[in-house]
Amino acid sequence: MPNLKLKRFLARRPDRAGGPVVGGQPPSHVTRRELLKLSPLVLLGGFAVPAWRDRLLETGVRWSDAASGLFFRHDHLVESHPDRDVVPFEKFPYNFYDVLEPDIDFPHWTLSVGGAVARPGKYTLDQIRALPKATHNTRHVCVEGWDVVGRFGGARMVDFLTMVGADPRARFVTVTCADEYYESLDIETALQPQSLLCYEMYGRPLDRGHGAPLRLNLPTKLGYKQAKYLMTLDVTHVLPAQRSYWADEGYSWYAGL
Amino acid sequence: MPDSELVPIAPATTVSRPIYEHPWAVRFSHWANAVTVTIMTMSGLRIFAAFPSFGPKIPQKNLIDGVPAAISLGGWLGGALQWHFTFMWIFAAGGLLYVVSQLASGHYRTVIFTPRDVRGVWPMVRHYFFFGPKPAAAGQYNALQKLAYTSTIGFGALSLLTGLVMYKPVQLSALGVLFGGYHNARTIHFLAMCGMLAFIPGHLVMVALHGWDNFASMVTGWKRHPEYVVGSK
Repeated sequence: MPNLKLKRFLARRPDRAGGPVVGGQPPSHVTRRELLKLSPLVLLGGFAVPAWRDRLLETGVRWSDAASGLFFRHDHLVESHPDRDVVPFEKFPYNFYDVLEPDIDFPHWTLSVGGAVARPGKYTLDQIRALPKATHNTRHVCVEGWDVVGRFGGARMVDFLTMVGADPRARFVTVTCADEYYESLDIETALQPQSLLCYEMYGRPLDRGHGAPLRLNLPTKLGYKQAKYLMTLDVTHVLPAQRSYWADEGYSWYAGL
Repeated sequence: MPDSELVPIAPATTVSRPIYEHPWAVRFSHWANAVTVTIMTMSGLRIFAAFPSFGPKIPQKNLIDGVPAAISLGGWLGGALQWHFTFMWIFAAGGLLYVVSQLASGHYRTVIFTPRDVRGVWPMVRHYFFFGPKPAAAGQYNALQKLAYTSTIGFGALSLLTGLVMYKPVQLSALGVLFGGYHNARTIHFLAMCGMLAFIPGHLVMVALHGWDNFASMVTGWKRHPEYVVGSK
């Protein structure tokens, strides 16, 4: 039996509560009171006011992002699919926002690491490759609605952050890219054991369109969080004003799966 | 035991007494849903337009080529997602209010379609579509209404659950298994929307045919000249 008081409130029937019902219709004060009970719905009209709409919708997205953060479970691993479920390499889409193959000086490429780390500086691909390699067949989900299972390999972000001596109290990891794309992540996601600094797809070094020489692979995030062509990585306590290329355009910042 | 028993009214000789037909929670969630389902559908169509296919990305076979602005919301994918992610909370809250209140009050017994209602469906269909005689009212809702309401509630629940799977396919992977994972959940989400929308034209036609008193009772809760009476215990 549910809470009796709640039950009584929900089941209350004014026609039996002693309210006088005379002739063909209930008294107007009764119907008026019943009408007033619907008045909170008027608040939805706020969305029709152009001056309020954007702020209300922004609040809705932030609320959803905050709730998403509560959903996140560090130890809940993303399913790694059997090899037969992986789409062929040529069916893994290339997505980019302005150029597919930005100019990068590959022989001299380094990842510039800064912010709240004990050992800032430039890290070479070999240093990143020297960390234990993780591979998995995970589902890549695009905000547009399509999804593909691909094979990714790289160094765990948690290992890299340990190597550079990231401040354990830091809250965010931000990256910038060779194509002026930029992203930021909550530290919980960066520390998730399947979050990779990815340098391989399908067992081969990343090709340029997929983000050579280094990209993020985050099986717990939508595709647009998984920045390609990484150039810098910072560990921070606050989000920069430029949070994320697409979130700044209006997408969810959290974008967690 | 239900706290009220619905008995067929005797023919016109009886003086009809107004009844309190729709409790507050039913009316509140009804109108909240009228707004919310519209917004979720319109923004959902805009989201769908970003990848209007249920197949693979490569090769991509589009089912539609964009959606008209008049029936979509948000302007672009990001704008539509803002509407969707905001109103999903209101949709869920309205649904929860409805289900909890119906269960707590016992009122669900008047709405839910049970196997006993199966044989009542055809006479109503015959009456509505093939000029058959009008079956005697056996309660607040006839069998066809119960079927429509129950299935629409079911489609609403389905859209919510598949939406959750699409929103959090990793964190809610256990729920995702029920719907065959992210990709299939997206297809089912779309079908559930179609199921909900299928209810609306018939519903609006019936509301129009049944006139003002019937409509007003979804606003104030009170219905004048009901076609049935609520018997007291």
